[in-house]
Amino acid sequence: MLIIKNLHTSVNGKKVLNGLDLQIHAGEVHAIMGPNGSGKSTLSAVLVGNPAYKITEGEIFFEGQNLLSFLPEERSYLGIFLSFQYPIELPGVSMVNFMRTAINEHRRYKGEKPLTSVDFLKKIKKTQSIVQLGEDLINRSVNEGFSGGEKKRNEIFQMAMFSPKLSILDETDSGLDIDALRIVADGINKLKSTNNAIIIITHYKRLLDYICPDLVHILYNGRIIKTGDLSLALELEKKGYDWLKL
Amino acid sequence: MKRYIDLFREKKIIIDRFCNPLLNFFRKKAFENFQKFLFCYNSKDYNNTHITAFLGIGKMEFEELLKVKIDPHIVFCCGIPYLNSYIQHFVLNGYCLSYKIKKYEQKKSFNFFSGSLNKFAEQYPNVFLKYYNKQSDFKGDILSAFNTMFIQDGYVLYIPKNVIVEDPIQLNSMISWNVNLLVNKRILIILEERAQAKLFVCDHTINNESFFSFVQVVEIYLEKQAVFDFYELEKNTKKTIRLTQSFVSQMDGSKLTTSTITLNNFITQNKYIVDLNSECAESNIHGLTIIDEKQKIDNFVVINHNAPKCSSNSIHKYVLDDESVGSFSGKITVANNACKTKAYQSNRNILSSDTCQMYSNPQLEINVDNVDCSHGASTGYLDELALFYMRSRGIPNNDANYLLKLAFISDILKEIKMKELKNQLQLLVNKYFKKKLTKC
Ligand SMILES: Nc1ncnc2c1ncn2[C@@H]1O[C@H](COP(=O)(O)OP(=O)(O)O)[C@@H](O)[C@H]1O
Ligand SMILES: [Mg+2]
Repeated sequence: MLIIKNLHTSVNGKKVLNGLDLQIHAGEVHAIMGPNGSGKSTLSAVLVGNPAYKITEGEIFFEGQNLLSFLPEERSYLGIFLSFQYPIELPGVSMVNFMRTAINEHRRYKGEKPLTSVDFLKKIKKTQSIVQLGEDLINRSVNEGFSGGEKKRNEIFQMAMFSPKLSILDETDSGLDIDALRIVADGINKLKSTNNAIIIITHYKRLLDYICPDLVHILYNGRIIKTGDLSLALELEKKGYDWLKL
Repeated sequence: MKRYIDLFREKKIIIDRFCNPLLNFFRKKAFENFQKFLFCYNSKDYNNTHITAFLGIGKMEFEELLKVKIDPHIVFCCGIPYLNSYIQHFVLNGYCLSYKIKKYEQKKSFNFFSGSLNKFAEQYPNVFLKYYNKQSDFKGDILSAFNTMFIQDGYVLYIPKNVIVEDPIQLNSMISWNVNLLVNKRILIILEERAQAKLFVCDHTINNESFFSFVQVVEIYLEKQAVFDFYELEKNTKKTIRLTQSFVSQMDGSKLTTSTITLNNFITQNKYIVDLNSECAESNIHGLTIIDEKQKIDNFVVINHNAPKCSSNSIHKYVLDDESVGSFSGKITVANNACKTKAYQSNRNILSSDTCQMYSNPQLEINVDNVDCSHGASTGYLDELALFYMRSRGIPNNDANYLLKLAFISDILKEIKMKELKNQLQLLVNKYFKKKLTKC
């Protein structure tokens, strides 16, 4: 599904990724761990086409297509979704309007008619229950005044609305209490299938206890330096990152 | 400017002949003021607009203007919001026309006055003398003196004590002429104790060929506990210059909400001077400017807290595109006896091009302790992160732009309490932003 070859990127003149390789198949869950500043968020930003990040070398293929030639909105239509590490507040843009505009753009891309208001509200209702996002949040401006946990749940809510093929969850578990973590993890598990893939970026094993990854990668100084299974996450939690340094 | 001294001397007899003697009574003093102002006139008072130049653009007409009539149906074709209110008034080239819609005529009696300045002077001479030109004379400058010298008619809304007018009143204030024209407009609003009303004024110039400029003086008097909502929409041609001075005087517990919305113009200067004269008066002064091409606007808002426990809230937002130029100057003054004042002032602006310009200058002057005052200003492009967040969800760049701009101005529209007007303004604004998008 996703093939990243020898990816080099820079942001604001700073080199961040230095020859990153990664392959992900449909149905897989990959965890990416690594110290702060190692380039995890940069990788996710590059995948969704954030224009601030420049690709200096390398290629990315998504389902056989050259991903780098697509605009951010087009990547969304292709089925790529990023749960932002820091979700953005959009004061004055209502959740309903935001979601309806986005969903209908997706439908237009597929050549489908826009959803009627009734069908749209039905879809919202159905999706809401997956992450237990309250009615009051749906009626507010996007993320405005949401607590940290609510923002993360809102990201998973949006993920559920789009049913993406590839979801990248950038520290979605950070700042969640135990209950919220379980809700989010349950939500993600419900959305998991053999047709889609998930990249979980995290510092902690606790989310991986709920969603078992097929592979765990360690990103260090802009490259994947080690890949293993869940036991690698366990080892990291015990020893930290220091032992990886040569 | 000097030529208006001669013009006034020459035309005074003609002007007087068409007007009520009470109106004429104020001209002499205004003329003296005008000459005084002229002597010490300093164009620096107006940092971005050079009024002297604009006054020279059009010719003044006197008796000829009276003959023009207008078909209201044509007017509403040009996208003026039409309120289904029971009073519709038309002011044409400064003259209040007696045209009224049918619904109005069906209502038998009125316990308030809404109509021509001359008629008002005739019917309510005492009220007229109590209020007319009082603030304008005291707080005004060379423009208000000019206006009082030459004014021939205007619009008056007078709501007596305890009268509550539920339905909104709409005033369509138009200029239509086949050559360049300079017009004086005047609005006098008096709400006595506990009176309530809502007024929507739409400024509209009709001929696209001619240059128009007008000088308008608005005087608003709110007595104890009066409640007044005042909305102004400028939808003039891109050859129209609007110079407006609005003076507000508020007494105990009165409440004013005003929104001034500028969509189409050439050059606009709106000056608000609000005096909160006794306790617990509340003033909400809002402004929304959405301009492009070479449009220009200056908004001045001066709020004087002259008594304790008053509150004021001033929010001005601009969306500028192309080579337009916006300017905002705000000044809140809290007098040394005005404790427990609540004053809030904000000016936020979005630049949609690299060539537009914004000047922002909010000021606070506090002369007493125990007040709650704050002000802030920000100017910038649309938030890149917000745009990207929306795009990453599949909303194309243009649409994301559009949604963010609508969001930016939404709180100003939300404050508009006339529902019909709010909806129609929303449509106008939507259309405007959409049009901008398809252009680029
Ligand atoms: N927009 C940006 N501007 C400047 N530097 C950035 C930007 N984004 C990331 N960086 C830098 O790139 C490096 C990697 O950051 P990031 O990908 O966010 O790390 P991680 O998510 O692994 O903590 C850091 O040194 C960070 O300071
Ligand atoms: Mg990060």
